[in-house]
Amino acid sequence: MTRHLKVDAPDNESRVDQMAQGVLGMPINRIEGHHKVTGSATYAADAGAEGMAYGVLVQAAIPAGRVAEIGDVPGVLAVIHDPRMLRRAAQGMATEGPPAGPQQIDFMGQAVALVVAETLEGAQAAAHALRVRYEAYQVPVDPDAVDPELPEDKQSSSGDLDAAMRKAAFTVDNVWHTPSHAAAAMEPHAAVAQWAGDCVTIRAGLQMLGSSREQIADALGIDEGQVRLLAPYVGGGFGSKLGINAESVAAAIASKQLGRPVKVVMSRPQVFDLAHRRSETTQRVRLSCDTNGVLSGIGHEALVSNLPEAEFSEPVTQATPFTYQAAHRQIVHKVARIHRSCAGSVRAPGEAVGVTVFECALDELADAAGIDPVELRLRNIPETEPGTGRPFSSHKLAEALRDGAQRFGWADRLTPRARIEGEWYVGMGVAAAVRVNSLIESRAKVTLTPQGRATVETDMTDIGTGTYTILGQIAAETLGLDIGYVDVRLGDTDFPRASGSGGSFGAASSGTSVYLACVEIRDQIAARMGCAEADLTLQDSTARCGNIVRRLGDIVTSPLAGNGHLEPGKTEDSVRQATWGSHWAEVAVNRWTGETRVRRMLGVFACGRVLNHKTARSQCLGGMTFGIGMALTEAMEHDPRDGHIVTRDLAEYHIPCHADVPPMEVHFLTERDAYVGPLQAKGLGELGICGAGAAVLNAIHNACGVRVRSLPATPDKIIAGLDP
Amino acid sequence: MQISLHINGSLRDVYVDPRTTLIDALRDHLGLTGTKKGCDHGQCGACTVLVDGRRINACLTLACMAQDSEVTTIEGLGTSDALSPLQTQFLNDDGFQCGFCTPGQICSATAMLGEMAAGWPSHASDSLSGPFLLSHAEIAERMSGNLCRCAAYSNIIEAIQNAAHAEGSSGDAP
Ligand code: FES
Ligand code: FES
Repeated sequence: MTRHLKVDAPDNESRVDQMAQGVLGMPINRIEGHHKVTGSATYAADAGAEGMAYGVLVQAAIPAGRVAEIGDVPGVLAVIHDPRMLRRAAQGMATEGPPAGPQQIDFMGQAVALVVAETLEGAQAAAHALRVRYEAYQVPVDPDAVDPELPEDKQSSSGDLDAAMRKAAFTVDNVWHTPSHAAAAMEPHAAVAQWAGDCVTIRAGLQMLGSSREQIADALGIDEGQVRLLAPYVGGGFGSKLGINAESVAAAIASKQLGRPVKVVMSRPQVFDLAHRRSETTQRVRLSCDTNGVLSGIGHEALVSNLPEAEFSEPVTQATPFTYQAAHRQIVHKVARIHRSCAGSVRAPGEAVGVTVFECALDELADAAGIDPVELRLRNIPETEPGTGRPFSSHKLAEALRDGAQRFGWADRLTPRARIEGEWYVGMGVAAAVRVNSLIESRAKVTLTPQGRATVETDMTDIGTGTYTILGQIAAETLGLDIGYVDVRLGDTDFPRASGSGGSFGAASSGTSVYLACVEIRDQIAARMGCAEADLTLQDSTARCGNIVRRLGDIVTSPLAGNGHLEPGKTEDSVRQATWGSHWAEVAVNRWTGETRVRRMLGVFACGRVLNHKTARSQCLGGMTFGIGMALTEAMEHDPRDGHIVTRDLAEYHIPCHADVPPMEVHFLTERDAYVGPLQAKGLGELGICGAGAAVLNAIHNACGVRVRSLPATPDKIIAGLDP
Repeated sequence: MQISLHINGSLRDVYVDPRTTLIDALRDHLGLTGTKKGCDHGQCGACTVLVDGRRINACLTLACMAQDSEVTTIEGLGTSDALSPLQTQFLNDDGFQCGFCTPGQICSATAMLGEMAAGWPSHASDSLSGPFLLSHAEIAERMSGNLCRCAAYSNIIEAIQNAAHAEGSSGDAP
């Protein structure tokens, strides 16, 4: 009943292409969309319940120390300061709860207590009034003020980069800085907890339910079987909801104590403090090339930060070793242990900032060598993975660059300050897009009823990624049904455990498990038709085998069920898997104010099979827009005295708004990647951000001649580089 | 305190703390959870509702202040079976991803088209008196109070343009 696949070998069969329904890949509307446009989609905080009490988290006002005393506050149901409460969010896919015990304070803004009252207004007022006495410690909060750790397994080098730099015709050796970034999903973290006996049900905004359930159970000291998580709709994640956070555990503890449902919603500033930030980075990039622009040396050093003992450190250089080729290479990774808020995964951890900076450095090298930036990249694309010699599952960078150059009109690009329109310098920039690809174990169940409806069930989430729709399309395609006959049920740990949404692996992983479950059902139908599954055609609720044609309803007299189980296998290691693309931006820089306006942007992407061209495009638009924010406006500023986040709301942390985002174009290269299994589809939720900011920054240079190496490129920094 | 609110065409009596904002009254007391709270600070627009036809941030308004007004929320604009033209176009043009900012975007756009029709200029308008083009720049400027982290922005603008054209509203897309 369970179809299992471990992806040990490439799947060149393209069975999906042989299916007849013709719905997979089509740009159909989101099947849950009507709920979203009418306000009937239920996000975590939308849950109502009889007797609901409201909890508000109270945050530490010192960067490190201990809680000496928690005061009293009148008119509340409870002030909870429980050793099980979380000190920080769980990292994605962790199988245990994160450090707990709010008695200890690791960073300013950490949750130390929960105030619960009959009304939200009462809880908010009490949380403000609550006095907490602290015993404070002196701790470092500046990444440059401590001796960083150099984890051994994260350093690598080959050849002699110093010598290559000395001998090269052209070199670049510069230092870039990127500030801490926030995921800033529009839905603040929220949880509604309710117990029935010893079992708790928590509605929460979570990206990955399976591992979050393990974390919750561990944090509360109960069995996994006693925890049910519900997240049918998640208002964006971008990494910030990969693991559990303070609100869900606090809500569960309060609900148990009070014997009634408790809702805890973070305020927007709390989301900034308590959700993982993307670490600030300091990156030194060294590049050397000969007169033809062929690279001889690549050096990429990164300094990032996190709390003491936190395992995660921003994998800045993740894509550097395999994107371009050079004989002499050096990767350095340093981690400063400081007491800023916890760092973790934010959309495309690693490449988002690593590729962006590296692609800026390449632009500088192109400039130094007098070679077109597109051409320079084309001259350095490796045949096989440098260092290991492994083949690439696919390497589409060259095609993405050539295709994009054509579409964008790259040939019209001039030299800096050559194109002037009124008070605006106008220029174009390019950058490569690259992101590692992977699969994660995933399960799904599909049921086909005699009425001819299919139901897909998995604890996968749709965080805006289009999961409802693409899983529906996969089932519709494989079972030969109109998409209107497929129901997709997600976000409930009562359903089979899926990969969850994160790391761009969700669509391919959960999608393949749905495909496998459907093949299992196809087998059962084929048996009833008296033919082999491979000879079966399912289309428009009809089964065909040779000249036998039957309505599905006549064959399926009782519900047929199939389970699918995908596991990553040998192709994880036998090839280098990645997704590729190119980013293009045209910007105008005001010669008097230094303001940058992005005028148009193009992204060309190769990510295997595209499961729905409409939702896929939207994913890419979202990533590219993150790139605009990274290049121009987004920065979490930390107070140098105590590390606290100063820009902790949406008026101070500037995510792009309507007026910041120009008309954008997305183009997908046709590709099938057999190394990721029968769907031949890879991830794309993060590819759009990897390098996008570099295209903007490189365009700024091409417009006005200014290189901004400390992101974001705000007007003050650009003006400082413009001649009076 | 006891207050009465005219919401989506019906009169609702509700007992709330005097500090209760309009958004919390809608969400926590009246079960109208279509209106979303993204910031509670007037910074994101997710809570946009119409009060006497004008778009406001429901998080910056006390519930008791809205007593003499007609409040329209996303639930009052259309239903799954009878979508408004904007709701239909948001669906067709994928003007959302996670959907969290969407009710606010749609309420905001509904009022925004009315403002354009009424001859209100914006920073991006060529003249103070109109007529105004339904251009990308004009709509983007007028919709900038509604943030979308999923960044469905260019799709939202297309959806608004298409809905306005379907409605035969004044103005032209470039
Ligand atoms: S919730 Fe009202 S503007 Fe953000
Ligand atoms: S659709 Fe997710 S924030 Fe707009």
